[in-house]
Parts: sequence; structure tokens; C-alpha cells
Amino acid sequence: MKAGIVGYGAEVPILRIKTEEIARAWKKDGVKIATGLGVKEKAVASFDEDSCTLAVGAARKAVLDFGLNAQKIGAVYVGSESHPYAVKPTASIVSDAIEAGPELMAADLEFACKAGTAGVQMNLGFVEARMIEYGLAIGTDTAQGRPNDALEFTAGSGAGAIIVGDKRNEIIATCEDTYSFTTDTPDFWRRPKEDFPMHAGRFTGEPAYFKHVLSASRGILEKTSYKTKDFDHVVFHQPNAKFPLKAGKILGFEREKFEAGLMCPTIGNTYSGATMVGLCAVLDVAKPGERILAVSYGSGAGSDAFIFKTTKNIEKKRGKIAVKEMIKEKQYIDYAEYIKHRKKLKSL
Amino acid sequence: MTTGFPPLLWRRFPERYTLAGNKCETCGTSYFPARKVCPNCRRRGKLVDESMPRKGKIVSWTQCFVGPTGFEHETPYFVAIIELENKVRLLAQLVDSDEKKVKTGACVEKVFRKINDADKSGPIAYGYKFKIVG
Amino acid sequence: MRSVSIIGAGLTTFGEHWEKSFRELIAEAGIQAIQDAGVSGGQIEAIYGGAMASGRFIGQEHIGALIADQLGLNPIPSVRLEAACASGGVALRNAYLAVASGMYDIVAVGGVEKMTEVSTEDAGFALGGAGDQETELFMGATFPALYALLARAHMEEFGTTEEQMAAVAVKNHKNAVNNPFAQYRREITIEDVMKSGYVASPLKLLDCSPITDGAAAVIIASSDVAKKVCENPVEILASEQASDSLALSKRKSLTELDATKVAVKQAYERTGLKAKDIDFAEVHDCFTINEILATEDLGFFKKGEGGKAVEKGKTALGGEIPVNTSGGLKAKGHPVGATGVAQAIEAYWQLRGAADKRQVKDAEYGLTHNVGGSGATAVVNIYRRLEK
Repeated sequence: MKAGIVGYGAEVPILRIKTEEIARAWKKDGVKIATGLGVKEKAVASFDEDSCTLAVGAARKAVLDFGLNAQKIGAVYVGSESHPYAVKPTASIVSDAIEAGPELMAADLEFACKAGTAGVQMNLGFVEARMIEYGLAIGTDTAQGRPNDALEFTAGSGAGAIIVGDKRNEIIATCEDTYSFTTDTPDFWRRPKEDFPMHAGRFTGEPAYFKHVLSASRGILEKTSYKTKDFDHVVFHQPNAKFPLKAGKILGFEREKFEAGLMCPTIGNTYSGATMVGLCAVLDVAKPGERILAVSYGSGAGSDAFIFKTTKNIEKKRGKIAVKEMIKEKQYIDYAEYIKHRKKLKSL
Repeated sequence: MTTGFPPLLWRRFPERYTLAGNKCETCGTSYFPARKVCPNCRRRGKLVDESMPRKGKIVSWTQCFVGPTGFEHETPYFVAIIELENKVRLLAQLVDSDEKKVKTGACVEKVFRKINDADKSGPIAYGYKFKIVG
Repeated sequence: MRSVSIIGAGLTTFGEHWEKSFRELIAEAGIQAIQDAGVSGGQIEAIYGGAMASGRFIGQEHIGALIADQLGLNPIPSVRLEAACASGGVALRNAYLAVASGMYDIVAVGGVEKMTEVSTEDAGFALGGAGDQETELFMGATFPALYALLARAHMEEFGTTEEQMAAVAVKNHKNAVNNPFAQYRREITIEDVMKSGYVASPLKLLDCSPITDGAAAVIIASSDVAKKVCENPVEILASEQASDSLALSKRKSLTELDATKVAVKQAYERTGLKAKDIDFAEVHDCFTINEILATEDLGFFKKGEGGKAVEKGKTALGGEIPVNTSGGLKAKGHPVGATGVAQAIEAYWQLRGAADKRQVKDAEYGLTHNVGGSGATAVVNIYRRLEK
């Protein structure tokens, strides 16, 4: 492929709640839960943030920090499982807010936690086909955790934006290949008009997350004939810190290769944002000529795998503020404030 | 209903999403929101589109503990008059800011947020708020 | 321009009138004013009514026709004027212009607001319409918030303190004790204000005027006619109005209201008077900071000295320039559309020597100051007893 990443940006809300604070509300052992999940705190969208505002924040950085002309963006795809409207696109709001419109293709995507990477694949295709000059894909979520559900400890908020283009002087990471693995596996879902998603407990593990992440990883390795040693960084979907590390171990990746892109311990699971934000964090630190494996997972179920190779441009072109630097600016809230901001009371 | 029937909101999207204003080429004064006539030059004025800078500083501020309809559940929140880098002043909410840093003179930057989402069946009003930087 | 005088006044008590509606309040004040003037309804040639947000508060527009109808004065022309909290003042001014022009000899002026028909939040929203709906209220800026922004600027520029603002409320509550029409006829202390909790910092609950029902009406006439029908009319020497940007952020300064300054300058020019000639003033203390701004902008004190002046008692009854002897908007109450007319009634009573325990001794010249919104409209009137 000639196409690659020409801009990226992540947006994470400033509010945080500690795993132990959530556990306190339910008289659970917070230390044990935090250790077990590998998640010590999660990012919480404030009452005035939603998937759309986070998407705009991420997209703006991807455009401004990389000196791109938003008017030349030919496609905007916003992937989320928490789009603010049931009917009415988030993508059109994002397009106008970053002044990319009106001449562009736009649509909202939903595939649980992999809707953002699905958008990246679509844009790679359009750019490769020379149908568009630049394509913007965003994975964004204000994840909805049911109170006192296991997911409440991890369901976080955040967005990652990736702009794809094909100009050699702009590409910071060329996409070497992409591969997807999709089956009908009902591990996690939300029916219309329901406030919170349902999940199938331990069924979300082996037959769901692991089967798809491992299959997609093995599939792309086979397709490209790369070996695990050929990769410098690995980003997997990260519903908790345990799952991606365990999947990596099964595949034979060293734990250190996950370090740059593992955001889950400090911001939680940002669902559609998770793989995208992780990839942004890797691009913040990757050196020229490094190879990155990124594999998302969306319940229901499927995985998109990508291989990116950084170019020498990356030394000059990075996000103005690194993702891991940005998330240091935070404000802790207690469970009562969390309930208020996330509007978990009927009257809110 | 506080966000109103869509046209009332929609008409202001460029203004609220991107700080689109205008400028009088005759006297050089910038306006936000855009004006139909330059109050300084009136008939001699020539107004052209201009986007406002995203950064500015706090001129005065308050913390609201009682909100009007549509803001009842958002209290307490900060409201400030902000002077943008081109001297244009506007009123906006301050968000994400450490309370101790909210001071006259503090530097702020525009963010995109929900302004009003009280009408659960109506359109969501998005627009500008500001956060303290540095 | 002909000389114009007030010949009669009618006022309902200000407060929460649970048993009376909008139309009953204005009818009560109007009938009283006509009786007080000693004229017959048939002599009244036109009606000018002020109401700010009747559509929001009670769902009723077409207030001009409603007033004429309720007073039994059809078919004379009747119009409602709206300039937010200056609606009453603007109604009086336009009636004054109609009489001064020679168009009419005797005209009725009313001001009314019925604010307790909606929740506090909805009242806040209705009042918020006095600012710039699209850039202020839309962003969550309430009226207390707008005046809080002015208060903060004044504090930071001149060292005005929260205690000095509290002193305005304390003084006005004290004055209201002697006003049988006032909403709050009880004294409060600086400490009460300081402990009353922020509504919009630095303004606290007791820095704010209340939500009030009430109506006020006056009958005005050309001074020639006034001399014939009235024992002791009060002449309106000047009635001036000025406008400024609707949005607070667009003002030249956040430590003054330019509309007040422009209106009062014109009023002083028209009358040949100076600030020091004024014996008492009713000013628009919708929030305590606005009385401080007003006493500076009207020229009673130097800019930045208003806070110290109230603290030293210079604006108290018996002080250098008694301000808001009625209790002001703060303690008398603030039925927004009625306020401008009610201020004129206080001036009318003071100059006739009818203000009882709150009487300003030997008062010759009185001034009223009515503000709309955060200062986008200001009306300033100067009065004195009509010389026979």
C-alpha cells in the first residue's frame, strides 16, 4: 500500500475515577479488582462531553498538529457505540466543527469497540483508489457501564482520530497491510432504547476477544510473512490490561512491545477509542523505521489488524502534546460526582 | 424546551462550532458574532468573514450556583468574559479548569462541548466553551 | 415641548400575590391612580403600559389592550412597551413624550409583572431574555451571573468589597421597613448577607432583588391641566433614555453602565442641574453592585467610590444623598415591568411630602434611574414639585 497515516490525535476527558472509589460504593475489594484488571482509574466524560465532542477534540488535533488542510478531507467516518443520536449522524457534526465540509463523504459506524478501525480501513481503500485525498476516521466512546456491573470498573471515555493520506512527504507511518476476521459471536450487545449494554460474562473472553484478536493477528502475519520479532510495538484492543498482554504472550510478543500503546491502566477501556488512542500513543514515541501491529476487537464480533511502518517524517511530525502527557492533567471525582456527570440517575 | 426548534440552533452552527465572525476592512475592527453593519463606520464599513482566534484571556468571571432552565443539573459552573487575542470579547463557560486557576488574566483556549442537552427529545446544542491553559 | 406633571399614583403592595392575577394587579393600581388624580376615566386619552415578559410568565401578550379593557377605558389607544426591567420607565417616558408633544393632555401609565406563576428556574430563563439570548442566556449566563461579572470587575479595579455590596442590601432593607408597599419589611445585617450563599460569585442571595408580583400606575398631564385638576402635582423636568450593546461582553467598560451615564448627562443638561443638586434618588438596585455603579455613573460619587460611600452611610436616609428610600428593588421588590413606574411614585410621594417615616427633609429635586437588562437600556428622570 502507498497510503499511510498523515495525522493523528487523541482526546481524553479530564475527569478520573479510581477503581477503588467505584469498589467503595459497592463495598467491594478495590485493591484486588484494580490489580486483577490492571486498571487503576478510568477517564470519565463530564456532563457536557459526549462521543461527538471527544471526536471533535481528537479530529482537531489530527488536523491542526499536522498542518493539514481540513477542506481537503474527502471522507469522515465516526465509529462509536455511544453516538449521541440514535438517528442523525455524528460525522456531519464533526465535519462542520473541524471545517472539513461540505464536499466529503461521511457516515457513522457501529461495530462495538472496532468501529473506529473499520473507518481507517475504509479510508485506506478510498485513498488507495484515489477517490479521496485524505480520509479521517475516529473511534470515540463514552462507554456505558451499568452500575455494579463488572464493566463499570473499566468503561471509560476517549477518542482517537487517524487521518490517512498518500503524500510521501506527509506520511508518518505507511500501512503495509490490513486484515479482518469476523464471525457472529454474541458476547456483548445493546438493544435499542436500552441504557446499558449486556454482556455474556466469561463468554466474552476465550471464544470472543481471544479467538478474534489471535485469529486476526495470525492472519495478517501469515498474509505478510512477518514474524513476531519483526515488530517493535503492538497495540491490541484493551478492555482491561490483562487481555491484550495475555493475547500477546500466546502469540509470542515480548511484554515491552505493549508498553507504549497500553492506555487502559490509566484511562480505562475507551471502547471504539481504545485501539485508536493506543495507536496514537505509540506514534508519539515510535522511531523512524519501526513496525507496529495494531489489532482492534469489536464484540459481536470481529477484529481488524493493521501493520504500520513509521517513516523518517515521524521525527518532525508528532502530536503537539503526547497522549501520555495529556492524560497527566486530570481531576479525580468521587462516585457521587461520577453518577452526576454520567447521568446515571433517572432525574438527570 | 430550551434548545429550540432546529432552525434557531442550526443558523448559529458556524458561529458556535468554529467562532466564525467578521471584520470591518475599513476600520480593522473584528466582530463576533458577525455583524451586518460596522457600528464604527456604518455605511462606509466593509465587512468580510473572519474566524476568531481560539485563545484569549479571562477579563471577568463568576461561578454560578443557580442555573436557568436547561442548566439546573450543571451547577456549579463558571461563566467568564473572555478577550480573544484579536481583542474581541465574548461570554462563555469555563470548563475542565482547576478552581484555583480561575482568575482574571488567566489564558484560555476554546473547546467544543455540549452547551445544552436538557431537552432529551430535541436537538443537542453544541458550541464553544473555554478551558484554562498553562 | 410642554411641561408634564404627575397628578396621581396607584400602587399595589409588592410581594407574592398568590390570589391575584396579572390583570387584577394592573386594574388595582390603575383604578387607584385614576382616583388619586381626581379625574374621571373619560378624561384619559391614552394608556402606556410596561411589562417585560408576560408571554413567558403568564402566556399573555397584547397587554395594551388588556389594560384598557380591564380598566374599562376602551376605546382609547393603549400600548405595551417592553425594555426588559426598564419597561415601566420606558412606558412613562413615552407617555411623557406624548403629552409634551401636545398630542394628549391626560394619559395613564402602568407597569406590571406577575412573576410567581412559574418555577424559579423558568423565571430565571424569562429574565435571562433581558440579556443577549443567543450569546449569554444560551451559554447558561443568568442575570445574577452578568451582574456578578460587573461586580468582579469593580472589585478588582477599585477594591470594592463584598461587605460594601452587602451594605447596599442592609440600607435598603432598613428603608423598606417604613414602606407599607414593600416586599421585605425587615432589617438584615451585613453578616446575614455574607452568609446567604453565592448565587453567582461574588453575588450572594441577599445581594439580589427578589421575584415579585406587583403593579404601579401614574396619571400624567400637561402641567397647565395639572394645575387645574391637582392640588400638588410633581413635574417631570426631564426624561432621558440611552441604549448600549445588548451583550455585556461588548461594553466599553465593565465598571460602569454607559447608558446610565449618557441618559443622566442629557437629563442634567436639559434641567441645568448637577448631581449635587439632587436631593434623593431611586436607582436600579436589581443587584447591590448596580446601586454602587449607579451612584457613581449618576455623578453622586467619583468612579470607584460608590462602595465606600454606602459603607459610610452617605446614601442612607439622612445622609448626603439618600438612595432608594423606598427600599429599592432589593427590599421593596422588583416586579420587573412595574419597577420604573414604582420609582416615579416614590419620587412623587417624596416631593409631595407624603413619604411618612422615610421622608427626605426639604427635598426639592428627585431622580429616578431604571435599567433594562445588564445596562442595554437606561432611563433617567428628574422631578420637582410643580410651581403654581
